[in-house]
Amino acid sequence: MSLQRTKAEAPAAGRGGPAPAAPRRPHRRARPGLLADLVGSTGVGLIYGVLILIPLLVAVALSFCNWNGLGSPAWIGLRNWTRFFHDPVALSALVTSLKIVGLSWIVQLPLGMALGLFAAGRQRYRAVYSTLFVVPLLMSTAGTSLMWQGLLDPNLGGLHWLAVKLHAGWLQQNWLGSPTITLYVLVFLITWQFIPFQMLLFQVGRRQIPNVLYEAASLDGSTGLHRFWHITLPQLAYTIVTSTMLIVVGSLTYFDVIYILTQGGPDNTTNVLALQMYQVAFSQYEYGYASVLAVVLGVLGVVVAFALMRITGFGAMSSQQEGIG
Amino acid sequence: VRRRIGGFTAWLLATIWLIVVLAPIYYMVVASLRSPGAYFTADPWLPGGSGLSAYRTVFSAGLGSYFVHSVLVTTGCVVLTLVLSLAFAFRVARMKTRLPRVVFRFVVLGLAVPIQAIIVPLNVVVVKLGLYDTLTGLTLALTASTIAVSVLIMVNFVRDIPRDFIDAMTVDGGSEWSVFWHLILPLSRGVLVSVGIYAGLNAWNNFLLPLILTQSSSTLVLPLGLVKFQGLYGVDVPALMAAVLLSAVPLFLVYVVARRKVLAGLSGFVVR
Repeated sequence: MSLQRTKAEAPAAGRGGPAPAAPRRPHRRARPGLLADLVGSTGVGLIYGVLILIPLLVAVALSFCNWNGLGSPAWIGLRNWTRFFHDPVALSALVTSLKIVGLSWIVQLPLGMALGLFAAGRQRYRAVYSTLFVVPLLMSTAGTSLMWQGLLDPNLGGLHWLAVKLHAGWLQQNWLGSPTITLYVLVFLITWQFIPFQMLLFQVGRRQIPNVLYEAASLDGSTGLHRFWHITLPQLAYTIVTSTMLIVVGSLTYFDVIYILTQGGPDNTTNVLALQMYQVAFSQYEYGYASVLAVVLGVLGVVVAFALMRITGFGAMSSQQEGIG
Repeated sequence: VRRRIGGFTAWLLATIWLIVVLAPIYYMVVASLRSPGAYFTADPWLPGGSGLSAYRTVFSAGLGSYFVHSVLVTTGCVVLTLVLSLAFAFRVARMKTRLPRVVFRFVVLGLAVPIQAIIVPLNVVVVKLGLYDTLTGLTLALTASTIAVSVLIMVNFVRDIPRDFIDAMTVDGGSEWSVFWHLILPLSRGVLVSVGIYAGLNAWNNFLLPLILTQSSSTLVLPLGLVKFQGLYGVDVPALMAAVLLSAVPLFLVYVVARRKVLAGLSGFVVR
Protein backbone atom coordinates (compact mmCIF):
# COMPACT_ATOMS: atom_id res chain seq x y z
CA MET A 1 0.00 0.00 0.00
CA SER A 2 2.67 2.46 0.98
CA LEU A 3 4.61 1.63 -2.15
CA GLN A 4 1.58 2.35 -4.31
CA ARG A 5 0.92 5.60 -2.59
CA THR A 6 4.35 7.04 -3.09
CA LYS A 7 4.37 6.02 -6.70
CA ALA A 8 1.03 7.59 -7.25
CA GLU A 9 1.97 10.76 -5.51
CA ALA A 10 5.35 11.27 -7.06
CA PRO A 11 4.12 12.60 -10.40
CA ALA A 12 1.52 14.77 -8.74
CA ALA A 13 4.13 16.42 -6.58
CA GLY A 14 6.45 16.75 -9.54
CA ARG A 15 3.79 18.53 -11.50
CA GLY A 16 4.21 21.55 -9.31
CA GLY A 17 7.32 22.33 -11.33
CA PRO A 18 10.99 22.03 -10.52
CA ALA A 19 10.79 24.70 -7.82
CA PRO A 20 13.33 23.52 -5.29
CA ALA A 21 12.06 25.79 -2.54
CA ALA A 22 13.00 23.62 0.40
CA PRO A 23 10.57 24.86 3.08
CA ARG A 24 7.51 24.32 0.91
CA ARG A 25 8.23 20.75 -0.05
CA PRO A 26 7.15 18.97 3.12
CA HIS A 27 3.84 20.77 2.95
CA ARG A 28 3.31 19.59 -0.60
CA ARG A 29 4.19 16.06 0.22
CA ALA A 30 1.61 16.13 3.00
CA ARG A 31 -1.23 16.95 0.62
CA PRO A 32 -0.11 15.73 -2.75
CA GLY A 33 -3.52 15.45 -4.33
CA LEU A 34 -4.64 18.90 -3.30
CA LEU A 35 -4.05 20.41 -6.72
CA ALA A 36 -5.94 17.63 -8.50
CA ASP A 37 -8.76 17.75 -5.96
CA LEU A 38 -8.96 21.50 -6.34
CA VAL A 39 -9.04 21.40 -10.13
CA GLY A 40 -11.62 18.63 -10.16
CA SER A 41 -13.93 20.24 -7.62
CA THR A 42 -13.77 23.88 -8.64
CA GLY A 43 -16.05 23.69 -11.65
CA VAL A 44 -18.90 21.85 -9.99
CA GLY A 45 -18.42 23.76 -6.74
CA LEU A 46 -18.52 27.14 -8.45
CA ILE A 47 -21.47 26.53 -10.73
CA TYR A 48 -23.47 24.82 -8.01
CA GLY A 49 -22.48 27.27 -5.29
CA VAL A 50 -23.08 30.46 -7.26
CA LEU A 51 -26.20 29.46 -9.17
CA ILE A 52 -27.99 27.10 -6.75
CA LEU A 53 -26.70 27.40 -3.21
CA ILE A 54 -26.32 31.17 -2.98
CA PRO A 55 -29.73 31.82 -4.61
CA LEU A 56 -31.21 29.40 -2.09
CA LEU A 57 -29.78 31.38 0.83
CA VAL A 58 -30.69 34.68 -0.82
CA ALA A 59 -34.29 33.49 -1.21
CA VAL A 60 -34.55 32.84 2.51
CA ALA A 61 -32.95 36.20 3.35
CA LEU A 62 -35.11 38.12 0.86
CA SER A 63 -38.28 36.67 2.38
CA PHE A 64 -37.62 38.98 5.35
CA CYS A 65 -37.01 42.03 3.16
CA ASN A 66 -38.87 44.54 1.10
CA TRP A 67 -37.24 44.93 -2.31
CA ASN A 68 -38.32 45.90 -5.81
CA GLY A 69 -35.09 44.80 -7.46
CA LEU A 70 -33.55 48.27 -7.47
CA GLY A 71 -31.59 49.89 -4.67
CA SER A 72 -30.95 47.75 -1.64
CA PRO A 73 -33.36 45.45 0.18
CA ALA A 74 -34.91 46.78 3.40
CA TRP A 75 -35.27 44.42 6.34
CA ILE A 76 -38.91 44.23 7.42
CA GLY A 77 -38.85 41.16 9.65
CA LEU A 78 -41.83 38.85 9.44
CA ARG A 79 -44.16 41.22 7.63
CA ASN A 80 -44.00 39.32 4.31
CA TRP A 81 -44.80 36.15 6.18
CA THR A 82 -47.84 37.51 8.01
CA ARG A 83 -48.98 38.94 4.70
CA PHE A 84 -48.81 35.49 3.16
CA PHE A 85 -51.12 34.02 5.79
CA HIS A 86 -53.66 36.76 5.09
CA ASP A 87 -53.36 36.79 1.31
CA PRO A 88 -56.41 35.05 -0.19
CA VAL A 89 -54.87 34.87 -3.67
CA ALA A 90 -51.67 33.23 -2.48
CA LEU A 91 -53.50 30.84 -0.18
CA SER A 92 -55.89 29.80 -2.92
CA ALA A 93 -52.88 29.30 -5.21
CA LEU A 94 -51.43 27.02 -2.54
CA VAL A 95 -54.69 25.08 -2.39
CA THR A 96 -54.79 24.80 -6.20
CA SER A 97 -51.20 23.51 -6.18
CA LEU A 98 -52.11 20.87 -3.61
CA LYS A 99 -55.19 19.96 -5.66
CA ILE A 100 -53.00 19.42 -8.72
CA VAL A 101 -50.64 17.31 -6.61
CA GLY A 102 -53.52 15.12 -5.38
CA LEU A 103 -55.16 14.75 -8.78
CA SER A 104 -51.83 14.02 -10.49
CA TRP A 105 -51.06 11.34 -7.95
CA ILE A 106 -54.45 9.67 -8.27
CA VAL A 107 -54.17 9.63 -12.07
CA GLN A 108 -50.46 9.11 -12.67
CA LEU A 109 -49.62 6.41 -10.15
CA PRO A 110 -52.11 3.77 -11.36
CA LEU A 111 -51.71 4.71 -15.02
CA GLY A 112 -47.92 4.75 -14.77
CA MET A 113 -47.94 1.40 -13.01
CA ALA A 114 -50.29 -0.13 -15.59
CA LEU A 115 -48.18 1.14 -18.50
CA GLY A 116 -44.96 0.06 -16.78
CA LEU A 117 -46.24 -3.48 -16.17
CA PHE A 118 -47.41 -3.57 -19.76
CA ALA A 119 -44.05 -2.37 -21.03
CA ALA A 120 -42.17 -4.89 -18.89
CA GLY A 121 -43.82 -7.75 -20.77
CA ARG A 122 -41.76 -9.67 -23.27
CA GLN A 123 -43.93 -9.64 -26.39
CA ARG A 124 -42.44 -7.77 -29.28
CA TYR A 125 -45.44 -5.52 -29.88
CA ARG A 126 -45.16 -4.26 -26.30
CA ALA A 127 -41.63 -3.02 -26.99
CA VAL A 128 -42.91 -1.16 -30.05
CA TYR A 129 -45.79 0.35 -28.10
CA SER A 130 -43.66 1.52 -25.22
CA THR A 131 -41.16 3.06 -27.62
CA LEU A 132 -44.01 5.19 -28.97
CA PHE A 133 -45.43 5.90 -25.50
CA VAL A 134 -42.24 7.81 -24.67
CA VAL A 135 -42.55 10.30 -27.53
CA PRO A 136 -44.42 13.05 -25.55
CA LEU A 137 -41.57 13.14 -23.04
CA LEU A 138 -39.20 14.18 -25.83
CA MET A 139 -41.19 17.29 -26.67
CA SER A 140 -40.82 20.61 -24.91
CA THR A 141 -43.63 21.69 -22.61
CA ALA A 142 -43.87 24.86 -24.69
CA GLY A 143 -44.34 22.80 -27.83
CA THR A 144 -46.98 20.49 -26.39
CA SER A 145 -48.83 23.46 -24.88
CA LEU A 146 -49.15 25.11 -28.27
CA MET A 147 -50.16 21.81 -29.82
CA TRP A 148 -52.99 21.43 -27.30
CA GLN A 149 -54.02 25.02 -27.82
CA GLY A 150 -54.55 24.30 -31.50
CA LEU A 151 -56.33 21.07 -30.77
CA LEU A 152 -58.60 22.34 -28.01
CA ASP A 153 -59.69 25.65 -29.50
CA PRO A 154 -63.48 25.64 -29.01
CA ASN A 155 -64.23 27.19 -32.40
CA LEU A 156 -61.53 26.02 -34.77
CA GLY A 157 -59.63 23.24 -33.01
CA GLY A 158 -59.35 19.62 -33.98
CA LEU A 159 -61.59 18.52 -31.15
CA HIS A 160 -64.31 20.86 -32.42
CA TRP A 161 -64.13 19.19 -35.83
CA LEU A 162 -64.26 15.79 -34.21
CA ALA A 163 -67.32 16.81 -32.22
CA VAL A 164 -69.09 17.92 -35.39
CA LYS A 165 -68.13 14.81 -37.31
CA LEU A 166 -69.09 12.35 -34.60
CA HIS A 167 -72.11 14.38 -33.43
CA ALA A 168 -70.57 14.27 -29.97
CA GLY A 169 -71.72 17.45 -28.32
CA TRP A 170 -69.83 16.75 -25.12
CA LEU A 171 -66.56 17.17 -27.02
CA GLN A 172 -67.49 20.79 -27.53
CA GLN A 173 -66.32 22.49 -24.37
CA ASN A 174 -64.40 25.59 -23.57
CA TRP A 175 -61.58 23.27 -22.48
CA LEU A 176 -59.07 25.95 -21.56
CA GLY A 177 -61.43 28.69 -20.40
CA SER A 178 -63.87 27.08 -18.04
CA PRO A 179 -63.70 27.61 -14.28
CA THR A 180 -65.04 24.10 -13.68
CA ILE A 181 -63.11 21.83 -16.03
CA THR A 182 -59.90 23.61 -17.04
CA LEU A 183 -57.99 22.44 -13.96
CA TYR A 184 -58.79 18.83 -14.85
CA VAL A 185 -57.81 19.43 -18.46
CA LEU A 186 -54.44 20.73 -17.29
CA VAL A 187 -53.93 17.65 -15.10
CA PHE A 188 -54.65 15.51 -18.15
CA LEU A 189 -52.20 17.47 -20.31
CA ILE A 190 -49.48 17.17 -17.67
CA THR A 191 -50.21 13.44 -17.38
CA TRP A 192 -50.09 13.01 -21.15
CA GLN A 193 -46.60 14.44 -21.27
CA PHE A 194 -45.00 13.03 -18.12
CA ILE A 195 -46.58 9.60 -17.72
CA PRO A 196 -43.80 7.94 -19.78
CA PHE A 197 -41.46 8.80 -16.95
CA GLN A 198 -43.59 6.84 -14.49
CA MET A 199 -43.87 4.06 -17.04
CA LEU A 200 -40.09 3.72 -17.27
CA LEU A 201 -39.87 3.68 -13.50
CA PHE A 202 -42.35 0.84 -13.11
CA GLN A 203 -40.97 -1.04 -16.09
CA VAL A 204 -37.60 -1.24 -14.36
CA GLY A 205 -39.25 -2.02 -11.02
CA ARG A 206 -41.21 -4.92 -12.50
CA ARG A 207 -38.18 -6.37 -14.25
CA GLN A 208 -36.27 -6.43 -10.98
CA ILE A 209 -38.77 -8.81 -9.43
CA PRO A 210 -37.25 -12.31 -9.61
CA ASN A 211 -39.22 -14.67 -11.81
CA VAL A 212 -38.89 -17.43 -9.22
CA LEU A 213 -41.63 -15.77 -7.23
CA TYR A 214 -44.07 -16.01 -10.11
CA GLU A 215 -43.06 -19.54 -10.97
CA ALA A 216 -43.64 -20.67 -7.42
CA ALA A 217 -47.02 -18.96 -7.41
CA SER A 218 -48.16 -20.54 -10.66
CA LEU A 219 -47.20 -23.96 -9.28
CA ASP A 220 -49.63 -23.21 -6.50
CA GLY A 221 -52.20 -22.46 -9.18
CA SER A 222 -52.80 -18.82 -8.28
CA THR A 223 -54.64 -16.46 -10.61
CA GLY A 224 -53.26 -13.36 -12.31
CA LEU A 225 -55.01 -10.99 -9.97
CA HIS A 226 -53.80 -12.96 -6.98
CA ARG A 227 -50.22 -12.76 -8.23
CA PHE A 228 -50.52 -9.03 -8.82
CA TRP A 229 -51.88 -8.48 -5.33
CA HIS A 230 -49.51 -10.75 -3.41
CA ILE A 231 -46.29 -10.55 -5.45
CA THR A 232 -46.14 -7.62 -7.85
CA LEU A 233 -47.64 -4.95 -5.63
CA PRO A 234 -45.60 -5.67 -2.47
CA GLN A 235 -42.42 -6.06 -4.51
CA LEU A 236 -43.06 -2.67 -6.12
CA ALA A 237 -43.43 -0.92 -2.76
CA TYR A 238 -40.23 1.09 -3.14
CA THR A 239 -40.96 1.95 -6.74
CA ILE A 240 -44.35 3.26 -5.62
CA VAL A 241 -42.73 5.49 -3.02
CA THR A 242 -40.16 6.81 -5.50
CA SER A 243 -42.86 7.42 -8.07
CA THR A 244 -45.00 9.21 -5.49
CA MET A 245 -42.10 11.45 -4.55
CA LEU A 246 -41.46 12.42 -8.16
CA ILE A 247 -45.13 13.02 -8.90
CA VAL A 248 -45.59 15.15 -5.80
CA VAL A 249 -42.48 17.28 -6.23
CA GLY A 250 -43.01 17.57 -9.98
CA SER A 251 -46.63 18.65 -9.87
CA LEU A 252 -46.14 20.88 -6.84
CA THR A 253 -43.78 23.03 -8.86
CA TYR A 254 -45.65 22.78 -12.13
CA PHE A 255 -45.43 25.97 -14.11
CA ASP A 256 -44.86 25.85 -17.88
CA VAL A 257 -48.15 24.51 -19.24
CA ILE A 258 -50.23 26.68 -16.90
CA TYR A 259 -48.23 29.81 -17.68
CA ILE A 260 -48.58 29.29 -21.42
CA LEU A 261 -52.17 28.06 -21.62
CA THR A 262 -54.19 29.82 -18.92
CA GLN A 263 -52.01 32.32 -17.04
CA GLY A 264 -53.86 31.09 -13.95
CA GLY A 265 -57.30 31.84 -15.31
CA PRO A 266 -60.20 31.72 -15.65
CA ASP A 267 -61.02 33.47 -12.38
CA ASN A 268 -57.76 32.32 -10.81
CA THR A 269 -59.00 28.72 -10.83
CA THR A 270 -55.74 27.41 -12.23
CA ASN A 271 -53.41 29.83 -10.49
CA VAL A 272 -50.75 27.73 -8.75
CA LEU A 273 -48.09 28.73 -6.25
CA ALA A 274 -45.22 28.71 -8.75
CA LEU A 275 -47.18 30.92 -11.14
CA GLN A 276 -48.25 33.27 -8.37
CA MET A 277 -44.63 33.61 -7.29
CA TYR A 278 -43.60 34.38 -10.85
CA GLN A 279 -46.28 37.09 -11.16
CA VAL A 280 -45.44 38.69 -7.81
CA ALA A 281 -41.75 38.76 -8.71
CA PHE A 282 -41.66 39.63 -12.37
CA SER A 283 -44.89 41.56 -12.90
CA GLN A 284 -45.26 43.31 -9.54
CA TYR A 285 -41.55 43.45 -8.73
CA GLU A 286 -42.09 42.45 -5.11
CA TYR A 287 -39.01 40.28 -4.76
CA GLY A 288 -39.31 40.00 -1.00
CA TYR A 289 -42.86 38.73 -0.95
CA ALA A 290 -42.20 36.47 -3.96
CA SER A 291 -39.39 34.91 -1.94
CA VAL A 292 -41.87 33.92 0.76
CA LEU A 293 -43.82 31.98 -1.84
CA ALA A 294 -40.56 30.51 -3.13
CA VAL A 295 -39.53 29.36 0.34
CA VAL A 296 -42.96 27.79 0.92
CA LEU A 297 -42.59 25.96 -2.39
CA GLY A 298 -39.04 24.85 -1.63
CA VAL A 299 -39.81 23.73 1.91
CA LEU A 300 -42.84 21.72 0.77
CA GLY A 301 -40.72 20.04 -1.90
CA VAL A 302 -37.85 19.25 0.44
CA VAL A 303 -40.13 18.00 3.21
CA VAL A 304 -41.91 15.63 0.86
CA ALA A 305 -38.64 14.41 -0.64
CA PHE A 306 -37.07 13.76 2.76
CA ALA A 307 -40.19 12.21 4.27
CA LEU A 308 -40.39 9.71 1.44
CA MET A 309 -36.63 9.13 1.46
CA ARG A 310 -36.91 8.34 5.17
CA ILE A 311 -39.51 5.71 4.42
CA THR A 312 -37.44 4.03 1.75
CA GLY A 313 -33.92 4.69 2.95
CA PHE A 314 -31.45 6.21 0.58
CA GLY A 315 -30.56 3.17 -1.47
CA ALA A 316 -34.13 2.04 -1.82
CA MET A 317 -33.92 0.97 -5.41
CA SER A 318 -31.02 -1.39 -4.85
CA SER A 319 -32.33 -2.88 -1.63
CA GLN A 320 -35.53 -3.94 -3.30
CA GLN A 321 -34.37 -7.51 -3.52
CA GLU A 322 -33.79 -7.87 0.17
CA GLY A 323 -36.41 -9.80 2.00
CA ILE A 324 -36.45 -12.46 -0.66
CA GLY A 325 -35.16 -15.35 1.38
CA VAL B 1 -58.60 -19.00 -21.85
CA ARG B 2 -58.37 -16.65 -18.95
CA ARG B 3 -54.82 -15.86 -19.90
CA ARG B 4 -55.85 -15.03 -23.44
CA ILE B 5 -58.60 -12.68 -22.23
CA GLY B 6 -56.07 -10.94 -20.00
CA GLY B 7 -53.67 -10.55 -22.89
CA PHE B 8 -56.42 -9.15 -25.08
CA THR B 9 -57.52 -6.63 -22.43
CA ALA B 10 -53.93 -5.45 -22.03
CA TRP B 11 -53.61 -5.05 -25.77
CA LEU B 12 -56.91 -3.17 -26.03
CA LEU B 13 -56.17 -0.72 -23.22
CA ALA B 14 -52.64 -0.15 -24.46
CA THR B 15 -53.94 0.53 -27.94
CA ILE B 16 -56.39 3.08 -26.58
CA TRP B 17 -53.58 4.86 -24.79
CA LEU B 18 -51.44 4.68 -27.92
CA ILE B 19 -54.20 6.49 -29.80
CA VAL B 20 -54.39 9.12 -27.06
CA VAL B 21 -50.62 9.61 -27.36
CA LEU B 22 -50.37 9.68 -31.12
CA ALA B 23 -53.59 11.42 -32.18
CA PRO B 24 -52.47 14.94 -31.18
CA ILE B 25 -49.12 14.42 -32.87
CA TYR B 26 -50.80 13.12 -36.02
CA TYR B 27 -53.12 16.14 -35.92
CA MET B 28 -50.12 18.43 -35.68
CA VAL B 29 -48.46 16.88 -38.73
CA VAL B 30 -51.61 17.01 -40.87
CA ALA B 31 -52.49 20.55 -39.82
CA SER B 32 -48.97 21.80 -40.50
CA LEU B 33 -49.31 20.80 -44.14
CA ARG B 34 -52.26 23.09 -44.80
CA SER B 35 -52.41 26.67 -45.88
CA PRO B 36 -53.81 29.07 -43.27
CA GLY B 37 -57.01 29.45 -45.31
CA ALA B 38 -57.59 25.73 -45.79
CA TYR B 39 -57.23 25.14 -42.06
CA PHE B 40 -60.40 27.06 -41.36
CA THR B 41 -62.50 25.42 -44.06
CA ALA B 42 -61.40 21.78 -44.37
CA ASP B 43 -61.53 19.06 -41.75
CA PRO B 44 -58.04 19.29 -40.22
CA TRP B 45 -57.98 15.58 -39.32
CA LEU B 46 -57.96 14.43 -42.92
CA PRO B 47 -54.64 14.46 -44.71
CA GLY B 48 -55.23 16.72 -47.65
CA GLY B 49 -53.02 19.72 -47.82
CA SER B 50 -49.49 19.06 -48.90
CA GLY B 51 -48.26 22.60 -49.18
CA LEU B 52 -45.17 23.59 -47.27
CA SER B 53 -46.26 27.21 -46.97
CA ALA B 54 -46.50 26.83 -43.18
CA TYR B 55 -42.86 25.77 -43.02
CA ARG B 56 -41.87 28.71 -45.18
CA THR B 57 -43.69 31.07 -42.82
CA VAL B 58 -41.81 29.55 -39.90
CA PHE B 59 -38.41 30.16 -41.41
CA SER B 60 -39.18 33.66 -42.58
CA ALA B 61 -40.32 34.47 -39.05
CA GLY B 62 -36.79 33.87 -37.77
CA LEU B 63 -37.26 30.54 -36.07
CA GLY B 64 -34.01 29.50 -37.72
CA SER B 65 -32.02 31.79 -35.46
CA TYR B 66 -33.81 30.48 -32.34
CA PHE B 67 -32.82 27.07 -33.56
CA VAL B 68 -29.18 28.13 -33.72
CA HIS B 69 -29.39 29.59 -30.20
CA SER B 70 -30.85 26.35 -28.90
CA VAL B 71 -28.09 24.34 -30.53
CA LEU B 72 -25.43 26.59 -29.02
CA VAL B 73 -26.91 26.52 -25.53
CA THR B 74 -27.53 22.77 -25.61
CA THR B 75 -24.04 21.99 -26.87
CA GLY B 76 -22.46 24.24 -24.28
CA CYS B 77 -24.56 22.73 -21.54
CA VAL B 78 -23.73 19.15 -22.49
CA VAL B 79 -19.99 19.78 -22.81
CA LEU B 80 -19.85 21.71 -19.55
CA THR B 81 -21.88 19.11 -17.68
CA LEU B 82 -19.78 16.20 -18.92
CA VAL B 83 -16.39 17.81 -18.31
CA LEU B 84 -17.25 19.17 -14.88
CA SER B 85 -19.13 16.17 -13.54
CA LEU B 86 -16.67 13.55 -14.77
CA ALA B 87 -13.65 15.45 -13.47
CA PHE B 88 -15.44 15.91 -10.17
CA ALA B 89 -16.55 12.28 -9.94
CA PHE B 90 -12.96 11.21 -10.51
CA ARG B 91 -11.81 13.34 -7.59
CA VAL B 92 -14.59 12.10 -5.32
CA ALA B 93 -13.60 8.53 -6.07
CA ARG B 94 -9.88 9.12 -5.63
CA MET B 95 -9.70 12.09 -3.33
CA LYS B 96 -6.55 12.91 -1.48
CA THR B 97 -8.15 15.70 0.54
CA ARG B 98 -11.59 16.17 2.03
CA LEU B 99 -12.54 18.91 -0.39
CA PRO B 100 -14.40 16.80 -2.99
CA ARG B 101 -16.43 15.06 -0.32
CA VAL B 102 -17.51 18.34 1.25
CA VAL B 103 -18.57 19.70 -2.14
CA PHE B 104 -20.33 16.42 -2.92
CA ARG B 105 -22.34 16.60 0.33
CA PHE B 106 -23.62 20.05 -0.60
CA VAL B 107 -24.47 19.00 -4.13
CA VAL B 108 -26.47 15.98 -2.96
CA LEU B 109 -28.33 18.26 -0.59
CA GLY B 110 -29.46 20.25 -3.61
CA LEU B 111 -31.16 17.26 -5.22
CA ALA B 112 -34.29 17.92 -3.22
CA VAL B 113 -34.54 21.63 -3.99
CA PRO B 114 -36.91 22.41 -6.87
CA ILE B 115 -35.41 24.94 -9.27
CA GLN B 116 -38.69 26.88 -9.24
CA ALA B 117 -38.02 27.83 -5.64
CA ILE B 118 -34.91 29.81 -6.53
CA ILE B 119 -35.82 31.57 -9.77
CA VAL B 120 -36.16 34.99 -8.14
CA PRO B 121 -32.67 35.14 -6.58
CA LEU B 122 -31.21 33.25 -9.56
CA ASN B 123 -32.43 36.08 -11.76
CA VAL B 124 -30.85 38.58 -9.34
CA VAL B 125 -27.51 36.71 -9.26
CA VAL B 126 -27.35 36.41 -13.04
CA VAL B 127 -28.12 40.12 -13.43
CA LYS B 128 -25.40 40.99 -10.90
CA LEU B 129 -22.90 38.86 -12.80
CA GLY B 130 -23.72 40.85 -15.94
CA LEU B 131 -24.94 37.67 -17.63
CA TYR B 132 -28.62 38.57 -17.95
CA ASP B 133 -29.93 38.15 -21.49
CA THR B 134 -26.80 36.34 -22.66
CA LEU B 135 -26.50 32.83 -24.02
CA THR B 136 -23.56 32.29 -21.64
CA GLY B 137 -25.67 33.06 -18.60
CA LEU B 138 -28.45 30.80 -19.83
CA THR B 139 -26.00 27.97 -20.52
CA LEU B 140 -24.51 28.22 -17.05
CA ALA B 141 -27.92 28.32 -15.36
CA LEU B 142 -29.19 25.33 -17.34
CA THR B 143 -26.04 23.43 -16.44
CA ALA B 144 -26.50 24.31 -12.78
CA SER B 145 -30.10 23.10 -12.87
CA THR B 146 -29.05 19.55 -13.77
CA ILE B 147 -25.59 19.40 -12.21
CA ALA B 148 -26.73 17.68 -9.00
CA VAL B 149 -28.29 14.73 -10.80
CA SER B 150 -25.43 14.52 -13.29
CA VAL B 151 -22.85 14.50 -10.52
CA LEU B 152 -24.72 11.84 -8.58
CA ILE B 153 -24.93 9.51 -11.58
CA MET B 154 -21.31 10.09 -12.46
CA VAL B 155 -19.98 9.63 -8.92
CA ASN B 156 -21.93 6.40 -8.50
CA PHE B 157 -20.47 5.14 -11.74
CA VAL B 158 -16.84 6.12 -11.20
CA ARG B 159 -16.89 4.79 -7.64
CA ASP B 160 -17.84 1.38 -8.98
CA ILE B 161 -14.78 1.17 -11.21
CA PRO B 162 -12.69 -1.53 -9.50
CA ARG B 163 -9.78 -0.15 -7.49
CA ASP B 164 -7.52 -2.86 -8.91
CA PHE B 165 -7.65 -1.20 -12.33
CA ILE B 166 -6.50 2.11 -10.92
CA ASP B 167 -3.91 0.54 -8.66
CA ALA B 168 -2.50 -1.43 -11.57
CA MET B 169 -1.94 1.80 -13.45
CA THR B 170 -0.46 3.72 -10.58
CA VAL B 171 1.93 0.91 -9.72
CA ASP B 172 3.30 1.26 -13.21
CA GLY B 173 3.94 4.90 -12.45
CA GLY B 174 0.86 6.39 -14.08
CA SER B 175 0.02 9.91 -12.98
CA GLU B 176 -3.42 11.04 -11.85
CA TRP B 177 -3.84 12.62 -15.23
CA SER B 178 -3.05 9.45 -17.14
CA VAL B 179 -5.36 7.42 -14.90
CA PHE B 180 -8.11 9.86 -15.80
CA TRP B 181 -7.30 10.01 -19.48
CA HIS B 182 -6.51 6.36 -20.21
CA LEU B 183 -8.73 4.58 -17.73
CA ILE B 184 -11.63 6.59 -16.33
CA LEU B 185 -12.54 8.36 -19.55
CA PRO B 186 -12.74 5.30 -21.82
CA LEU B 187 -14.63 3.30 -19.21
CA SER B 188 -17.15 6.10 -18.73
CA ARG B 189 -18.14 6.43 -22.35
CA GLY B 190 -21.56 4.86 -21.87
CA VAL B 191 -22.53 6.82 -18.79
CA LEU B 192 -21.26 10.01 -20.43
CA VAL B 193 -23.70 9.50 -23.30
CA SER B 194 -26.61 8.99 -20.88
CA VAL B 195 -25.76 12.00 -18.75
CA GLY B 196 -25.16 14.05 -21.88
CA ILE B 197 -28.61 13.17 -23.19
CA TYR B 198 -30.17 13.96 -19.83
CA ALA B 199 -28.52 17.39 -19.70
CA GLY B 200 -29.13 17.99 -23.40
CA LEU B 201 -32.84 17.21 -23.23
CA ASN B 202 -33.25 19.63 -20.35
CA ALA B 203 -31.28 22.35 -22.09
CA TRP B 204 -33.23 21.95 -25.32
CA ASN B 205 -36.69 21.86 -23.75
CA ASN B 206 -36.44 24.02 -20.63
CA PHE B 207 -38.86 26.91 -20.64
CA LEU B 208 -38.62 28.50 -17.19
CA LEU B 209 -34.93 29.46 -17.19
CA PRO B 210 -34.95 31.19 -20.60
CA LEU B 211 -38.12 32.94 -19.47
CA ILE B 212 -36.47 34.52 -16.44
CA LEU B 213 -32.94 34.95 -17.83
CA THR B 214 -33.38 36.21 -21.40
CA GLN B 215 -35.58 38.68 -23.20
CA SER B 216 -34.24 39.92 -26.53
CA SER B 217 -34.55 38.07 -29.83
CA SER B 218 -30.77 37.72 -30.03
CA THR B 219 -30.91 35.25 -27.14
CA LEU B 220 -34.26 33.60 -27.72
CA VAL B 221 -34.15 29.80 -27.61
CA LEU B 222 -36.77 27.52 -29.15
CA PRO B 223 -39.26 26.90 -26.31
CA LEU B 224 -39.52 30.60 -25.56
CA GLY B 225 -39.33 31.44 -29.26
CA LEU B 226 -42.32 29.18 -29.94
CA VAL B 227 -44.43 31.05 -27.41
CA LYS B 228 -43.36 34.38 -28.85
CA PHE B 229 -44.09 33.07 -32.33
CA GLN B 230 -47.56 32.13 -31.15
CA GLY B 231 -48.10 35.68 -29.92
CA LEU B 232 -47.33 36.99 -33.40
CA TYR B 233 -48.81 34.27 -35.60
CA GLY B 234 -51.46 32.88 -33.24
CA VAL B 235 -54.09 32.72 -35.95
CA ASP B 236 -51.87 30.81 -38.33
CA VAL B 237 -52.29 27.42 -36.69
CA PRO B 238 -50.55 25.46 -39.50
CA ALA B 239 -47.41 27.58 -39.09
CA LEU B 240 -47.57 27.16 -35.33
CA MET B 241 -47.82 23.38 -35.67
CA ALA B 242 -44.96 23.37 -38.17
CA ALA B 243 -42.83 25.36 -35.72
CA VAL B 244 -43.55 22.95 -32.86
CA LEU B 245 -42.74 19.96 -35.05
CA LEU B 246 -39.50 21.47 -36.32
CA SER B 247 -38.40 22.25 -32.78
CA ALA B 248 -38.88 18.61 -31.79
CA VAL B 249 -37.26 17.02 -34.86
CA PRO B 250 -33.70 16.89 -33.48
CA LEU B 251 -34.80 15.01 -30.37
CA PHE B 252 -36.95 12.64 -32.41
CA LEU B 253 -33.91 11.90 -34.56
CA VAL B 254 -31.70 11.28 -31.55
CA TYR B 255 -34.38 8.98 -30.14
CA VAL B 256 -34.51 6.97 -33.36
CA VAL B 257 -30.75 6.62 -33.50
CA ALA B 258 -30.04 5.95 -29.82
CA ARG B 259 -33.26 4.80 -28.18
CA ARG B 260 -31.70 2.95 -25.26
CA LYS B 261 -29.37 5.78 -24.38
CA VAL B 262 -32.20 8.29 -24.52
CA LEU B 263 -34.35 6.16 -22.23
CA ALA B 264 -31.46 5.91 -19.79
CA GLY B 265 -30.92 9.66 -20.02
CA LEU B 266 -34.61 10.47 -19.67
CA SER B 267 -35.04 8.49 -16.53
CA GLY B 268 -32.08 10.23 -14.96
CA PHE B 269 -30.83 8.90 -11.69
CA VAL B 270 -34.02 7.19 -10.67
CA VAL B 271 -34.04 4.35 -13.12
CA ARG B 272 -30.63 2.85 -13.32
